[in-house]
Amino acid sequence: MAITREDVLHVAALARLEIPEGEVEGVREQLGAILEAVGKVSELDLADVEPTSHPLDLVNQWAEDEPRPSLPREEALANAPDPADGSFRVPAVGG
Amino acid sequence: MNGWEPVIGLEIHVQLKTRTKMFCRCENVWGEEPNTRTCPVCLAHPGTLPVPNKTAIEWTVKLGLALDCEIAERALFHRKNYFYPDLPKGYQISQYDVPLCSEGRFVVPGPDGDREIGIVRAHLEEDAAKTIHVGGAAGRIHGAEYSLVDFNRGGTPLVEIVAKPDVRSGEEARRFLQLLRQTVIELDISDAEMEKGSLRCDANVSVRKAGEEGYRTKTELKNMNSFKFVADGIAVEVERQIARYQAGEEVMQQTLHFDPQTGTIAPLRSKEEAHDYRYFPEPDLVAVAPPADMVERARAEIGELPAARIRRLEAEVDLDLAYGLVTSGRDALYARVPGDDRRAVANVLMNQLAAAGVDPAAVDGAELGRLVAARETIPRQTFLDALGASADPDFTADPYLAETTVSDAAALDPVIDGILAANPGQVEAYRGGKEGLLGFFVGQVMKETQGKADARVVNERLREKLNA
Ligand SMILES: [Zn+2]
Repeated sequence: MAITREDVLHVAALARLEIPEGEVEGVREQLGAILEAVGKVSELDLADVEPTSHPLDLVNQWAEDEPRPSLPREEALANAPDPADGSFRVPAVGG
Repeated sequence: MNGWEPVIGLEIHVQLKTRTKMFCRCENVWGEEPNTRTCPVCLAHPGTLPVPNKTAIEWTVKLGLALDCEIAERALFHRKNYFYPDLPKGYQISQYDVPLCSEGRFVVPGPDGDREIGIVRAHLEEDAAKTIHVGGAAGRIHGAEYSLVDFNRGGTPLVEIVAKPDVRSGEEARRFLQLLRQTVIELDISDAEMEKGSLRCDANVSVRKAGEEGYRTKTELKNMNSFKFVADGIAVEVERQIARYQAGEEVMQQTLHFDPQTGTIAPLRSKEEAHDYRYFPEPDLVAVAPPADMVERARAEIGELPAARIRRLEAEVDLDLAYGLVTSGRDALYARVPGDDRRAVANVLMNQLAAAGVDPAAVDGAELGRLVAARETIPRQTFLDALGASADPDFTADPYLAETTVSDAAALDPVIDGILAANPGQVEAYRGGKEGLLGFFVGQVMKETQGKADARVVNERLREKLNA
């Protein structure tokens, strides 16, 4: 499957990655190679094979609705670079 | 509308009131100190794994059944990818092509009979954290200096219901939403309070010529946080679109914010440059296959739906009163109150009893029926006092019914004569043309008789004497 320069820039923008101009072509080739390798699967006749969403053949791995202790707030905020008012402070968003 | 037909698709989010969050066992609470209900899972620390809340799944199934949906035999969770500070993982765990519930319908009784609104799907997902914008104008995003993120809400269970574009007016959207709210309250799965954000509604709005096939460009109205705003916002947007087409202009696809203060609509800035969420199956979770016993238990917990009760009550009262009784949870009491004048019973329940703030479930229907029947023969204040006490244990109407209104003219005349004699200035002004003063005299008589005089007789006697 051919991947274009535009595909690379679009995906990079969605992932908030800045790819230096000189590296776009290299990334394009590498992504193309990966897609090609995965694409090998489509050469097989899989008409009778059920789609798999997970390698484990399990369902209903869930827990009862019973609370467990949360983190103390100081601990929750310990890795925050700029906490304020008991919250994670972040640059103004969306404005 | 002169030949134009509104086409409205509603998307509703309902916050489930489970004890814990969707994928971790932090408490699911509202109004607590920020960031006091978090853990490595809901803060998205590396290496943590989500574990679904079984109760949230069962409640979603229950809601799906109430919406007459098909329940998936094997539902999947997907990742919805986007970057925003309220979403620490960089994706929201949601559902995509195999939701828990799909292909349902919801009946909305209206003035022209029952309207059936299709339900595309109802799926389960995790809510985002709460973001407070600081600085700038009144907490709005635009111009804010910084934002504070509170993860107490982050990761709490949220059901998204997507309806087909079958709604045809803002009023119908309001009725749909009121009925849906009452349904989830009776299913006991959410507080569904719009002001608190535990019930949220977005609307996709377009218009087309009557009889036209297909749909025109739609706009999205976001986060209208009351039933009135939903009805008004949609009505304003429908008018705007019709006006544009009539002026030969196009409607642009955009997200809009309705300002209830000014009644106007303005575009919102978009979160994401493009809605390209790159959904893929959540590899950290296996499929959900609701077991038969779970589905049957959920089905057994669904009572008669609000729409069916409205349809029955409408025959006795009218559509508005029927909606009022059912969507305020007062129709069970209404059924317990005897009396031939059903509208009077309904009106008392919706007005004076509601104002008295008593718990309808605690009221003795038979005693209330006696009060309603006597409402015009006992003093008004006595009637209101009785309603206020009607939920007390051992309440009986007897002492209140004993206080009858004084309607005997012979008993009222001396009082009226005394009032007129004491206010010669006002009497002269009335006779000079200031007829509005009648209310003043009535008030004086009521005061003198501690509200026990029959207002109709007092009015009659006063007029007679003043015009003599
Ligand atoms: Zn947690």
